[in-house]
Amino acid sequence: MATTTSALGGAIRRREDPALIQGHGRYVDDIKLPGETAAAFVRSPFARAKVLSIDASEALAMDGVVAVYTAADVDSLGPLIAQLSFAPRPLLNGGEVKHVGEAVAMVVAENRYLAQDAADLVFVDYDPLEAVIDLKDAHSDRVIIHEGSESNTIISWAAPFGAEPEDQQAVRDQIEADKSRDDTVVVSQEMINQRLIPTAIEPRRVLAEWNPGYRSLNVWSSSQIPHALAGGIAVSLGLPTTSVRVIAPEVGGGFGAKLNVYNDEILVSWAAQQLARPVRWVETRREAANSTIQGRGWVGTATIVGTTDGEILGYDFDGIADMGAYTQNFTVAIPFLGLFVGSGQYKMPTYWKIDCVATNTTTTDAYRGAGRPEAVYYLERIIDMYAREIGMDPADVRNKNFIPNEAFPGAVSPIGFAMDTGDYSTNLNELLEVADYAGMKAERDAARAAGRHVGIGLSSYVEVCGFAPSGLADLGFNWATYGLPTAFNGSGLVRVNPDASATVIIGTGPSGQAHQTTWAQIVSDRLGIEVDNIVVKHGDTGDSPMGIGTFGSRSAAVDGAAAYQAADRVREKAAKLAAHLLEAAEEDVVFADGGAHVAGSPDSSVGWGDIASIAYQVHKAPEGTEPGLESEVFFTPSNATWPFGSHLAMVEVDADTGNVEILRYVSMDDCGNVINPMIVDGQVHGGIAQGIGQALFEEAIYDADGNLLSGSMVDYPIPTAGDLPAFELHRTVTPTDVNPMGVKGIGEAGTIGSAQTIVNAVVDAVAPLGVTHIDMPLRPRRVWEAIQEAR
Amino acid sequence: MEVSLTVNGQAVTSEVEARTLLVHLLRENLGLTGTHVGCETGYCGACTVHVDGTPVKSCTMLAAQVEGAEVTTVEGLANGELHPVQEGFWERHGLQCGYCTPGMIMTAAGMLADNDNPSEDEIRHGIEGNLCRCTGYHNIVRAIEYAAAKMRGDEPAAPDWEVV
Ligand code: FES
Ligand code: FES
Repeated sequence: MATTTSALGGAIRRREDPALIQGHGRYVDDIKLPGETAAAFVRSPFARAKVLSIDASEALAMDGVVAVYTAADVDSLGPLIAQLSFAPRPLLNGGEVKHVGEAVAMVVAENRYLAQDAADLVFVDYDPLEAVIDLKDAHSDRVIIHEGSESNTIISWAAPFGAEPEDQQAVRDQIEADKSRDDTVVVSQEMINQRLIPTAIEPRRVLAEWNPGYRSLNVWSSSQIPHALAGGIAVSLGLPTTSVRVIAPEVGGGFGAKLNVYNDEILVSWAAQQLARPVRWVETRREAANSTIQGRGWVGTATIVGTTDGEILGYDFDGIADMGAYTQNFTVAIPFLGLFVGSGQYKMPTYWKIDCVATNTTTTDAYRGAGRPEAVYYLERIIDMYAREIGMDPADVRNKNFIPNEAFPGAVSPIGFAMDTGDYSTNLNELLEVADYAGMKAERDAARAAGRHVGIGLSSYVEVCGFAPSGLADLGFNWATYGLPTAFNGSGLVRVNPDASATVIIGTGPSGQAHQTTWAQIVSDRLGIEVDNIVVKHGDTGDSPMGIGTFGSRSAAVDGAAAYQAADRVREKAAKLAAHLLEAAEEDVVFADGGAHVAGSPDSSVGWGDIASIAYQVHKAPEGTEPGLESEVFFTPSNATWPFGSHLAMVEVDADTGNVEILRYVSMDDCGNVINPMIVDGQVHGGIAQGIGQALFEEAIYDADGNLLSGSMVDYPIPTAGDLPAFELHRTVTPTDVNPMGVKGIGEAGTIGSAQTIVNAVVDAVAPLGVTHIDMPLRPRRVWEAIQEAR
Repeated sequence: MEVSLTVNGQAVTSEVEARTLLVHLLRENLGLTGTHVGCETGYCGACTVHVDGTPVKSCTMLAAQVEGAEVTTVEGLANGELHPVQEGFWERHGLQCGYCTPGMIMTAAGMLADNDNPSEDEIRHGIEGNLCRCTGYHNIVRAIEYAAAKMRGDEPAAPDWEVV
């Protein structure tokens, strides 16, 4: 039994596009229900304050106002509790608010304009308290943010992971001892990996409808995790999960920001039930800056001790990460994801530690890359500084310290994790070759000789994705908190219909990643049914198998693998049926061209229609055949996947203005096998753009009182087309062995590889002026100031 | 108050408040939800439509200001056919989540109506008022180059990937 057609690896056009390019995509705010009301929130202007009283009488007296709710109304629902919980989040805060923008009341009115007008008429009396905004200040525990806790440090993660503290300390002691050898140098730098605002172009939206007859709730939300959200709503509202159906229709970008169960999603659902009328909430852009999670926010010191000829003897990272006011879905798990790749793809002994610290700011959580861009940033920046210190080419330093190919299979990173597959030197060397690294260096040197400030930046990276093997459920990678004690499995149902079309129903849905196209390719590859004859359904908990969500570059590697296996099971049954029709042995059946034939005799074939026909009319099938032609599979991988790559950039700095121009950007990523190269390229493009955004432009800035100064798109400039170059993308292919397709995941790679590539390039450009490090974002003023200081 | 205008070739009259934005007139009153809202502050460009042939951000205009105007939205750009820009976005993977896409397409169509042979630099600066968080703009630029070639009657450049 074999397939002879393969849609895998083909750059077929996206099936979701015809609707989206003509304005017929359906996002949450495009769905209208009869009798709708609109919600608006009253939010705290203080970063930390006691709520003394709330007067909603004027708002309630307005025409068209349906209800105003405060903490007392929703107390019975209980707070929202995260998986690795620290401080439960009140749905509406009537006690002590902990960040600017925290909701204290919800208004429901006949339309959005009225709801906002009424929210402005809800008067709240606050008693402001001292807020702690600065991360180091919070870390010092000078003021404790959460009453009853002993420290603002919620949890610390340290590695080698799983080692006893004394064994971890022993690694650190050895690094310390190596510092005093006479053939070593020590390079150490404190660096900031600044806070970012994810900024999906579609802000969040929620629409909920309660059916009193069925006692069931329909919720539309722009969410990356519809199943977890359905569970979370059910737990809060005390409903059976089967009574809550969440639909994530088209989702206008997620990047981790929609990977949460948010207070507003619960509250809107609850209000719809209370009022027995549909309730809609539409997040405004300015509101989004405080009501949706932010990302990154680390400060830490990276230290390398290495020999003068480029052998790294030890790496030490000591950092603190800003959690913001509460812990949400993955808040404290984000630095832990960084720890996974703390020693990168290198072999040196590594000590790695991070303290997860609460502040009176918006909660942080997953933003594209989630912990890995931060960890890789520190490591790849300090390797660059080390290379500069010993006067060695940074590519040579990397090549010298990579985990060698002989370590695979069975490689374990110094930090303590088993890695699937890797071929780091080939990847880096192919990048240097295809980009003409030698030529680039000559060009840079010539430009320098002519008085220009041109620099080259390089970074390799390894990341970890494809979450997760079942065992990681014990480390918090599960949805138990939403009443769903499930590991992060993949799931998929494949059905061949009586008319020979196929339906694929998957547990995860896209926010731009083209699941409809990719999954059709996977199933077409296994069954030989044309892509155009396969429909892929997603995003609706009412009809899909339990799914975990699209995040952590996991969909193809985990859920894709489930669909792949489900299709194989369908094919096994179909082979029996085809053998019956062809009067041949099952082993001799070959699937091709929309049907099956006996190997060697393609002329006598049966179509999928013939096969499906007897599958649904089993009196024509072999005795004992069960009717139907479908399979649902749950898949757990044996390990996470470890994609890797190398990125290279050339930039020019205008020393008079500090302006940075990117002259070239070349990447060599390795995500294992590729299902659709066009879609994979798109993921890398977008990822690189977000990394460049962090390197050059973006920063969530708070003032000392906890007001977000960069809450609008004007103050928080994400890259425009004019800011970015064309990208030169390349790939090496090192398949993983943890899933049957050999795919590793590509959603975050571009982001993980890029920020430090740009910073390394900018520092290289201004190093002749004496600059050794500049903290992101490298806006012109900051670069200019660094140059002035160095001079 | 009442406002009368032509939308996608059809005469319409609608009841609006003085403060109603054009984007809300289109989306809420006329059910044309292809025009998206990303910021409501004139920055992201997701709401771009054509008013009397010129791309404008429809969150920056009041419905009352379009009295008597001709408005074209993404739904009416090619009336069921594909405009070369729409075709380019499909052929060259110019969209991922699709949220910025209608605005991006309207801006690009307006730009190419004035100049069907823009340089890459002109394209990049021409769409600076439209933000996309998904694509890094690389394939949007390629999509617009494809459309420009088509509009000139030239063969578009081959895509970056191998076509099957
Ligand atoms: S919604 Fe109009 S510019 Fe953003
Ligand atoms: S395609 Fe998602 S914002 Fe542009």
